[in-house]
Amino acid sequence: MSDYISHGPALTGPENIGAVVLEVRDLSVDFGVDKKWVPAAVGLNYEVRAGEVLAIVGESGSGKSASSMALLGLLPSNSRVSGSVKLSGKELLGGDASNIRSVRGKDVAVIFQEPMTALNPVYTVGAQIVETVRLHNEVSPGEARERALRMLDLVELPDPEKAFKSYPHQLSGGQRQRAMIAQSLSCDPKLLIADEPTTALDVTVQAEILDLMRNLRNKLDSAIVLITHDMGVVADLADRIAVMRRGLIVETGTADQIFHNPQHPYTQALLAAVPHLGQGGAGSEGEVDVTAALAAATHAELESVDREELARRERENAAALAAAEAARASGEPVLELTDVAIEYPKQGRVPAFRAVEGANLTIYPGQVVGLVGESGSGKTTIGRAAVGLLPVAAGKMHVVGQDISAAKKNGKQLHQVRRHIGMVFQDPSSSLNPRLPIGESIGEPMYLAGVAKGPDLQKRIEALLDQVELPRDYRNRYPHELSGGQKQRVGIARALSLKPKLMVADEPTSALDVSVQAKVLELFQNLQRELGFACLFVTHDLAVVDVLADRICVMQRGRIVEQGTRDQILRSPQEPYTQRLLAAVPLPDPERQRERRELRAQLLATAAE
Amino acid sequence: MTPENMTPDLRTAAPARRHVEHFVADFSETPLQATDKVQEDQAPLSLWGEAWKNLRRQPLFLISAFLILVVVAVSLFPWLFSGIDPASEACQLANSDAGPATGHPLGFTQLGCDVYARVIFGTRSSVTVGLFTTLGVLMIGGITGALAGYYGGWVDAILARINDIFFALPLILGAIVMMQLPVFRANRTAWTLVLILVTFGWPQIARITRGAVIEVRNADFVTAARSLGVSKFGSLMRHVMPNSLAPIIVVATISLGTFIVAESTLSFLGIGLPPSVMSWGNDIQSAQASLRSNPMPLIYPAIALSITVLSFIMLGDALRDALDPKARKR
Repeated sequence: MSDYISHGPALTGPENIGAVVLEVRDLSVDFGVDKKWVPAAVGLNYEVRAGEVLAIVGESGSGKSASSMALLGLLPSNSRVSGSVKLSGKELLGGDASNIRSVRGKDVAVIFQEPMTALNPVYTVGAQIVETVRLHNEVSPGEARERALRMLDLVELPDPEKAFKSYPHQLSGGQRQRAMIAQSLSCDPKLLIADEPTTALDVTVQAEILDLMRNLRNKLDSAIVLITHDMGVVADLADRIAVMRRGLIVETGTADQIFHNPQHPYTQALLAAVPHLGQGGAGSEGEVDVTAALAAATHAELESVDREELARRERENAAALAAAEAARASGEPVLELTDVAIEYPKQGRVPAFRAVEGANLTIYPGQVVGLVGESGSGKTTIGRAAVGLLPVAAGKMHVVGQDISAAKKNGKQLHQVRRHIGMVFQDPSSSLNPRLPIGESIGEPMYLAGVAKGPDLQKRIEALLDQVELPRDYRNRYPHELSGGQKQRVGIARALSLKPKLMVADEPTSALDVSVQAKVLELFQNLQRELGFACLFVTHDLAVVDVLADRICVMQRGRIVEQGTRDQILRSPQEPYTQRLLAAVPLPDPERQRERRELRAQLLATAAE
Repeated sequence: MTPENMTPDLRTAAPARRHVEHFVADFSETPLQATDKVQEDQAPLSLWGEAWKNLRRQPLFLISAFLILVVVAVSLFPWLFSGIDPASEACQLANSDAGPATGHPLGFTQLGCDVYARVIFGTRSSVTVGLFTTLGVLMIGGITGALAGYYGGWVDAILARINDIFFALPLILGAIVMMQLPVFRANRTAWTLVLILVTFGWPQIARITRGAVIEVRNADFVTAARSLGVSKFGSLMRHVMPNSLAPIIVVATISLGTFIVAESTLSFLGIGLPPSVMSWGNDIQSAQASLRSNPMPLIYPAIALSITVLSFIMLGDALRDALDPKARKR
């Protein structure tokens, strides 16, 4: 392993570990919008040392990305940067363009969020790494190729030779991100800026990439600036944390200080808003010790936890499972799937694609069922089919007592059934018609169904706005005037307008910031209790399901692999996939995350045997 | 460096190595307040309203809108702009090719007609053809394009093929051939021209509409409307079309200019409007005989034509900037 780092300036002996690599003083960034300067970051001060990970945390609009791109001069031309940025004592700002270009890629490298768009699709992965290497080093093509292969090996790609010859689209999302990391490391950067490196990835893949980054940090001794909104990722990787809000750093400290002793009210609010997997239940008795549950289910032993301590936690967990009440299940099922298969119909020469196979699922009135899975698992497909937007290819699907598996597309029966279903979409910006005032969007289904007209309709719209806690005069506003969370509230109000018996919510909070997500989830939960509708809640985020769901269904590759009550799934997961999924969710707490990480490593090791 | 002396976990080592300051910003400087607040004192602003606000500040829009208003006013009320009605007042051969004189600021043609009056009164036929052709093209192209894009499948396949056939025929060439047909040759009026230009002009709008509709068709809000019980056609009219209009309006405005050019070209070639109708194309055609001795009667209608066409194209550009911010040049 040591020969990977036997060249280049990143090699530092133990004596100079901790030398300051990046020093930022009074960094301010402004953007010119409509001939006015709008500040994106104001007077930032921080430093990063070799071998250290500084996490810059903040919600959207906090200026975390803008300030970090400013380090490299990668901002659009309508921006203005002031202050001082020193890389190993050398000033980066204010110099001419060639100065910063020579630094980019060589001394400072960036890992972007979306590896599909950050890699050029018309060149092979290898060619792109070779190009980076030869741009900054005078080496022969052969040497550059050697180096590229070593890098691909370093990022733990299973077959470096094959990855070298692959085009970006031939690799999976996680492999692409690894290739991106290999490319950014190919010139032994002193500083690595990782801009939301795992946000576009599934949790299990995210956990692998985080493992990789932790290994690399220990091997390479670069300074790393990690930009993220995810507190779990921060807890997993960061040594020090800077919390940003609206362009200002509100708090900095070690991971320990920030997580256990947050001082600024915003940091406290942010940490409180992060959903913890296992803490969704009411009160402390509802809390699930997922680590203990996993350890019990897999008979694992942990180095970081005392054996007796772990045994005690496992016993507590088992007792709580026994005491947990069975989920409410009474009355006629609102949604019932029996051996359902769902296909995307063939389009032109593209053959039909079977996205879901053999699904069995029942939702009773007033019950919230969380449908969890990674991308491509078919969870959204089930949600869409329940609303009749996709045809059922095999099996029986009953919605509010009616069999819609044979219903004609756009037929009368489907029309009838749809009146009892409300649907909330993932992206609040695209799920509202931008040309209609939100009052009309909310009132449209009621008007069409002939439930209300004229002044009566207006009253109903006002009542719905009250329910989702929006001011009544928002009725005349247009979607682009509202924030994401407010738009999602409008989406919920619209879904509620016909008093549905079943609500299908397709990742309703995944496009929102954590603090907004917490509020929207709380609202959703209150409305569900108050109105008593049944709900199919589709999400990739286990922690969100944990807050809401009575029952949890875990999907993998088009099949439901495990389902049960919240307690059964979280306290005693049986399927290896469920266990892996639970173990991959990072906890927003550094110590507990260390336990969880160890457990995950054991899980994977046993799975490999 | 060997694996032994690599620090296994720097997190445990880091705090021991140095003291890390726990910095907390002053609460009073970073107050917690609602981040997502809508300015409630402001009037609600639709996207059209926003585009209008943006347009009002664009010099390009103001200039082109002013020019177009003038052109439209001239074509509606030409007698307000010229004391001479060239249709009723016969041209004086005595004035043949004469220069500017009092009451005749732009001089005379070879036949002794007042150039200024002819330019003013020729505006109407050009604008009529341009405007009604655009309306016709919008109707036919818009409807076929929207149906093809929204319903897809065999509807799209058939409409798109018909579209391709017409798209392959060049506008001017097609018009020349069509005008030779006895039916059209016998009735050479502005309406015949409109009919023929619409026949060959609609495919462009149909393509733009189809693309815009396909883009919006799969948006979540359309799915939402469908799942909440809006009929398929209803959601096309209420949700898809209003959101596809922007690019269609832009292209229609720009093509209005090109239809005016097409009318002038056909008239110039002698197969558009009959010589008895006053139009810029006819004037340019009749002036080319005396181009060497007296170029002015050709140049003035040509300038009028250029300004009109240019202002429509400029208006289209300004509209594109306002309606479609993504296409805006940096």
